[in-house]
Amino acid sequence: MTVIATAPETATPARAELRGISKRFVATQALDDVSLELRAGEIHALVGENGAGKSTLVKILAGVYQPDSGSIWLDGEEIALHGPAHARSLGIAVVHQEPRLFPDLSVAENVFMAHAPVAALGSIDWREMRRAAARIFDGLGVRMDTGAIVRGLSMADQQLIEIAKALSIEARVLILDEPTASLSAHEVERLFTIVRQTRDRGVAVLFVSHRLEEVFDLCDRATVFRDGRHVVTAPTAGLTTADLVRHMVGRAVSLFPKVESPVGDVLLELRRLTRGESFRDVSFSVRAGEIVGLAGLVGAGRTEVARVLFGIDRAESGEVLLRGKSVAFANPSSALAAGIAYVPEDRHQDGLVLDFSIASNVTLPILTRLFPRLFVRGSAERAIARRYADQLQIRTTGVDQLVAALSGGNQQKVVLAKWLATEPRVLILDEPTRGIDIGAKVEVHRIISELAASGLAIILISSDLPEVLAMSDRILVMHEGAITAEIGRADATEESVMFAATGQAADTVADGVHV
Amino acid sequence: MTTAVTTSVSARGRTVLSSFVRWETLLIVLVLGLIWVGTTVSPVFLTPRNFTNLVTAVIEVAIIALAMTLIIIAGEIDLSVESMAGLSCALLGFLFAAGIPLEVGIPAVLLVGALGGLLNGLLVTRFGLPSLVVTLGTLALFRGLALGILGPKGVTGFPESFTSFGFGTVPGTPIPWPFLIFLGLALVLGIVLHGTWIGRQIYAVGKNAAAARYSGVRVARIKLWLFVLSGVVSALAGVILTARFASARADIGQGMTLTVVTVVLLGGVNIFGGRGTIPGVALAALVLAILGNVLRLTNISAEIQSISVGLLLIISVVIPNLAHQAKSAMDRARGGRRTSAGSVGPGEVVSP
Amino acid sequence: MAAPAPPSGPLGGILAVVARQRELSLLVVMLVLGAFVAIQAPQFLSISNLTQVTVLASIIGVAAVGQALVVLTRNVDLSVESTMGLVAFVVADVLAQRLLDMPVAIAAGLLLGLILGMINGIVVGALRVPAIVATLGTLSIYRGIVFLLAGGKQVTLTDLPEGYTALARANVFGIPLFFVIALIIVVVAAIVLRQTRFGRQIYAVGSNPEAAEILGIRAGLVTFVAFSACGLLAGLAGVLWGMEFGTINATSATGVTLQVVAAVVVGGVAIFGGSGTVVGAGLGALFLGFISNSLVLLRFSQFWLLAIYGVVILAAVALDGYLLRRLQRSTARSRAR
Repeated sequence: MTVIATAPETATPARAELRGISKRFVATQALDDVSLELRAGEIHALVGENGAGKSTLVKILAGVYQPDSGSIWLDGEEIALHGPAHARSLGIAVVHQEPRLFPDLSVAENVFMAHAPVAALGSIDWREMRRAAARIFDGLGVRMDTGAIVRGLSMADQQLIEIAKALSIEARVLILDEPTASLSAHEVERLFTIVRQTRDRGVAVLFVSHRLEEVFDLCDRATVFRDGRHVVTAPTAGLTTADLVRHMVGRAVSLFPKVESPVGDVLLELRRLTRGESFRDVSFSVRAGEIVGLAGLVGAGRTEVARVLFGIDRAESGEVLLRGKSVAFANPSSALAAGIAYVPEDRHQDGLVLDFSIASNVTLPILTRLFPRLFVRGSAERAIARRYADQLQIRTTGVDQLVAALSGGNQQKVVLAKWLATEPRVLILDEPTRGIDIGAKVEVHRIISELAASGLAIILISSDLPEVLAMSDRILVMHEGAITAEIGRADATEESVMFAATGQAADTVADGVHV
Repeated sequence: MTTAVTTSVSARGRTVLSSFVRWETLLIVLVLGLIWVGTTVSPVFLTPRNFTNLVTAVIEVAIIALAMTLIIIAGEIDLSVESMAGLSCALLGFLFAAGIPLEVGIPAVLLVGALGGLLNGLLVTRFGLPSLVVTLGTLALFRGLALGILGPKGVTGFPESFTSFGFGTVPGTPIPWPFLIFLGLALVLGIVLHGTWIGRQIYAVGKNAAAARYSGVRVARIKLWLFVLSGVVSALAGVILTARFASARADIGQGMTLTVVTVVLLGGVNIFGGRGTIPGVALAALVLAILGNVLRLTNISAEIQSISVGLLLIISVVIPNLAHQAKSAMDRARGGRRTSAGSVGPGEVVSP
Repeated sequence: MAAPAPPSGPLGGILAVVARQRELSLLVVMLVLGAFVAIQAPQFLSISNLTQVTVLASIIGVAAVGQALVVLTRNVDLSVESTMGLVAFVVADVLAQRLLDMPVAIAAGLLLGLILGMINGIVVGALRVPAIVATLGTLSIYRGIVFLLAGGKQVTLTDLPEGYTALARANVFGIPLFFVIALIIVVVAAIVLRQTRFGRQIYAVGSNPEAAEILGIRAGLVTFVAFSACGLLAGLAGVLWGMEFGTINATSATGVTLQVVAAVVVGGVAIFGGSGTVVGAGLGALFLGFISNSLVLLRFSQFWLLAIYGVVILAAVALDGYLLRRLQRSTARSRAR
């Protein structure tokens, strides 16, 4: 069902081309026979939902992953990429989503580590290096101390260094993987100017972004991926936002909307909660049976609020009330004991012990409660794990199976099972469907909805706007550490949430948004 | 520093190897082979007297290795154990020479062991410092205190009831008294590690400390207690050493950490944490005991022993690494990117 | 675009200065300490005493430069003392038996050190054994070899050619030869680390191994070279040790690793890798030498020395850890902005 709306043939040759690329990971087909052509002198957008295969494609073009099948062409020549360094040497520059810098070294050296300017006898020319780095940052319109050590710099600065690194080589292809996530509006504008100049020098630019307005602002053509497949490639001039969204989501908009259920008493209340510069004066409440969506850009402070609620970090001022009583947790175990559960953002890093069995993972938070006499009984443990595995329909050969062997969606269900086993009253979900396939996503949404119906108070942190809109009774939007809007279910639209999330003035926000 | 570039490689190495052979099985075969060699080369090997010697030679190492096992499974390391044993020995001698009876002196040095462990533990958990350097520092500190307290002199003249505990055997058997301490400790720690949720939490901390913390496991508290345990057990080993040599000296136990770590790693404990068993470590202690005994019986010099211990240490990490590399090369040849799921390594607690 | 948030409070300010200017701070501490000791014990400033201090510190300093290279790559070499002992003994033994001429024997000793270092490098860099395990093993293996070679015998001053041990007393324009050697090595290593691409790769590997690999820096190779250089310098330190002490047996240089590691850590080379200088490591060695000498002059028991080294290591590491966490907090704080 691939629809290729071919752009009018131009004389520009394909600078880089991917033909019939497939890539499979343990249980998921990340890319399935996709092709993509990047022309010299164009900015090409790559869009798609989480799990559509965008970052896999970027990593293949950057030489990080080897494709299972298909070929890569650069200026009409078939190439095999032996690694990231090889890709760089061929002129493929990549700005990764997560900065990968040397924290102990200076800004300038980070930019030029792979190709430091040398003077006589191969001795590094530090002055030239600093000057060259300063030139790049000047071009970006950014004031940066190129002699400063990277450790301690803000995420935005680190992202800018990553960009400068890519601009420092004579690139034939420039790949930007969500480069704007932590940049201010001014920095984004400067970056776009630079990217346009780079394009005009004949470089092929691939721009991966979630923000559709950026796609239209910057890009000449756009390609949409869905579930690892190529859906469409077309000039942006002939597209509307609605077209893109339709292509990204597919015809069956299969989000599982929340089932309406009665809302009970206030379970959790935050009063002017503040923690340094992470977030300040955050106040809201959550009722039993209610799902409160917490929307905002990456770094807006949502996860930081959750970490304080769960006892990982401590607030500097303000108050948390749990069923009317003031609480302050010193560690996650006391938060758990009080009935709060937190499904962390990073499943592999924080959510699971990958080479524990499903049963061992599910019972990890409740071991002390389950076995007050110290001794672990395997039968009891497996019985509990089986109960939740059935309830959540985890597809597995048995609860003794190692979690590492499960697909992303099933792993996420194990995480959910683990927290449900603690029988919480308040459930905080941080990006619960990131990186799992659409089918599993629908199931997770169904589960969340049922949990709310059963009387849990749920805080749903998600950067996936359709998800927040479909699931939440109320949406709180955070921007730069503060809540900028509270929007009721009926009034919430992608636009109204996005406005508040990007910190636009309140009076420009659509009706029904209360600030 | 233990979390160097190589983490992912060897963390999985052991799993892969054990999908072919369980590590403990390998050790049992090794023990049987060594016994066969022993009986072939020397007629004394199977005598009760030799059994006593064989066990006694490594008893302090074996005891400390039990505590070290838990620390390494939890993802840390304690290099200061030999100096704590030395400090305990020196302090016991100092107190005894000052006229304080052993009934008071022994609890006192065990308490000092706990305090030393607490110092290590606090520096690691509160200050977030790598245990490798912290315990390298206390390796110097504890030994320095031992030297400072006792200087170059030795203390002797301990009562016979005490020294016979080191020298003697349980009446009617060739079993040396300290071996009972080892057995008791092995039993208790084995049950705690493999049977209780405390053990489960220790594995979780070693495999993924962040996930353990998010699951309500008190990661810092567990590590702190393990360092305290290590300190107490090392001090206990110092007491046994004093009894066995019937004298207290400040330089006793030097170089013992190497042998302890060798026993633990040879026992199938992963240096990066998360894997290993008490039975495996006990078997490894037996391997080392018999190996040393056989070398002595055949009059092979003590130098060869120290070389072989060093080689054994390196080999017990290299083999799983190479096995893993071979495995992933095979996987690549087959064109699949697979995780080593489905196999169970030593120490992997698959619900019993 | 901000520099790291300035630490708050007077203590934070002082610590920040210490962090930026570790070498300078160490120098200041040494001067203060030196002044104090000189007042208490005037013989501290005598030429013979200063010579004694610098000669011993130079031996540790040479080994500390090698150790610093290894620590910068986020590894550690615990086997340096055995390498020193083995080289010291082999060179002395060869000279005592008049098997080789002095320059050849010294060259052979350096080569031996290099080979021992390369073995460590292969085990860590290629076989991917964690450095702590690998060098704990070779610590024992190399020492075992010394015992095998030496047995119970020792080489004494009278067995050695006169010219050999005399080098320990030699000086260049009044400056002890050993100190000049150490100085040259510190300067050369500092230039390599600062001015060559390879030198910077050492920092890169230690600072962020994954990022280094992505740039095509071969972490295994860099690690191998660092260990090899460490072995070579430990070999040189062993030769110097033999010249200084004249009496060499199987246990020579036992326990020196701790001093070498202490020198590196005190000198501000981060045990987490990626940060620090060899100048710092050299100053660290000098600092430890001063402390040892002061104890003697102030009539404290030498037996407390090891305990003091332990405290110095812990204090230096705690300081590094504190500063690191402070900087990381400042990143976290600026995240939400």
